[in-house]
Amino acid sequence: MIRFVVRRLLASVVVVFVVATASFLLLHAAPGGPFDTDQRRSAAVQRAMEDRYGLGDSLATQYGREIAMLAHGDLGHSMKRDVAVNDLIAQHAPVSALVGALGLLVAVGLGLVMGVLAAWRRNTRTDYGLMAVALVGISVPSFVLGPLLIATISIHLGWLPPARIDGPAGYVLPAITLGLLYLGTIARLTRGGMLEALGQDFVRTARAKGLPERTVVWKHALRVGVQPVVTYLGPATAALISGSFVVEKIFQIPGLGASFVDSIAERDYPVLTGVFVFYAVLLVLLNLVVDLAYGWLDPRVREARR
Amino acid sequence: MSLVPGAWARMRRHRLAVACGVLVVAIAVACIAGPWVAAAFGLDATTIDAHLGATPPSGAHWLGTDTLGRDMLVRVMIGGRIALLVALVTTSVALVIGVGYGALAAYAGGLVDEVMMRVVDALYGFPTVVFIIVVMSVLGTRSLVALFALIGGISWLTMARIVRGQVLGLARREFVEAARASGASPARIVLRHVLPNAAGPVIVYATLALPQVMLTEAFLSFLGLGVQAPLASWGTLVTEGSSQILVYPWLLIGPGVTMALAILCLNFVGDGLRDALDPHTRKI
Repeated sequence: MIRFVVRRLLASVVVVFVVATASFLLLHAAPGGPFDTDQRRSAAVQRAMEDRYGLGDSLATQYGREIAMLAHGDLGHSMKRDVAVNDLIAQHAPVSALVGALGLLVAVGLGLVMGVLAAWRRNTRTDYGLMAVALVGISVPSFVLGPLLIATISIHLGWLPPARIDGPAGYVLPAITLGLLYLGTIARLTRGGMLEALGQDFVRTARAKGLPERTVVWKHALRVGVQPVVTYLGPATAALISGSFVVEKIFQIPGLGASFVDSIAERDYPVLTGVFVFYAVLLVLLNLVVDLAYGWLDPRVREARR
Repeated sequence: MSLVPGAWARMRRHRLAVACGVLVVAIAVACIAGPWVAAAFGLDATTIDAHLGATPPSGAHWLGTDTLGRDMLVRVMIGGRIALLVALVTTSVALVIGVGYGALAAYAGGLVDEVMMRVVDALYGFPTVVFIIVVMSVLGTRSLVALFALIGGISWLTMARIVRGQVLGLARREFVEAARASGASPARIVLRHVLPNAAGPVIVYATLALPQVMLTEAFLSFLGLGVQAPLASWGTLVTEGSSQILVYPWLLIGPGVTMALAILCLNFVGDGLRDALDPHTRKI
């Protein structure tokens, strides 16, 4: 087990290193310098600004400096606003994390129940109906769903606030919009995993022991049937991140996704690459956790890794 | 291919999938031919009639008009052309990379295979869409070709895994051994004997990749990085519409519903194809 963890950790370090290098190269491939504007400046001012950010040094020097900075957890500094990328993340990421966690809760909670029910009642109307709903959820883009929800539920019916988060009610629509993004995928994965689990020997044993069907399905089979969903949590978080760009824009939530999208228009490259590195590290760590959770869920996997 | 007759019978049993297939083809035909038909009635996507402005759906304009007085139905059809073009080309790019990569890994085997598949694993946990966004905004490129290459360049991972698994499974079969015994070269074995037999899952996954790619393109267009004016895709139309949902809801509903319908139908067709061509991989 320890060898497995060490190997995965090493692989993660390699990925982060590649990401950091890619972001450095991208930053330097950007056409024009970061201080090329329509404003007129004297050459001295221009050079002073470039010196301030060390743009005159050789590429190798700059690369070494950047990697050293990253190793210390410093993601750089915005070129458009007087804010460090770290502070930007510290300020905006918690909001995104909360909305994302709520969306995940909606997706996993509903998706698991839908998938288990569909597998339990496989090839009945319940199954087909639930899977059709899942597919609709996968197919409707969040930037279609979000505005429609605002127009109907917030404006027409007046039930929930349309935008900005001023209280708990403000989280409802963003969480639903974000959660529906992959609710369908989770429901389908759960159904597949459960179908496989329900056909296995340990389920037959549980049934033979005379356990109630409910316990067999929700306790014994689900523990193995949920594995595809656990594997999907890595990609799901990636989807959650890109989903947050849309949802935070539509609902005017001051999260990291919204500031990232703003940086696209402002061409604030250090923010773009810095936040990209942050997201990459986040995903790498999460995938590591997922791999460990896998062994915890299924003792057979733990054995195989020895 | 011997898998066709049985597969067709199984496919037809999926009435929903067949109906969706028909609908997708109908949408595609309407997008390709529709604008010419509309032109015969004096409608196009470019004539600006600021005097008319945004009007709700009516007999003259079935999906209404936008704020510049342009007919939304024709705009949706033209946008569909671009959306379908992007989806088809990008999926082809993903197909070529995925099949090549997967077949190569399986064929090479050993350490090369191990390294190649670990790379795929690593990329799965990598924020690929964020990466595309950073690349597109930093390089300042907005061309369709860049869109094809970048979206195609991140969409091949699952295809590579599927092809590798297929090739490994098929390589152990008797007919491959027979081909090897009769002196066929490795390249010939992979290209003539193994890959054609892996066609089923490849077709299934390519169909399922289409809606995925469409969503990615629309997402990039929403961020202002995808299809650029004067071209417009469903993604761009939806983006325009979503900002005016409270005033002119039909600007979102027309393109939004069309796009969601096309994506939904492609997903249903892909599911039906999977049951018909590749019953073993249902669990994905």
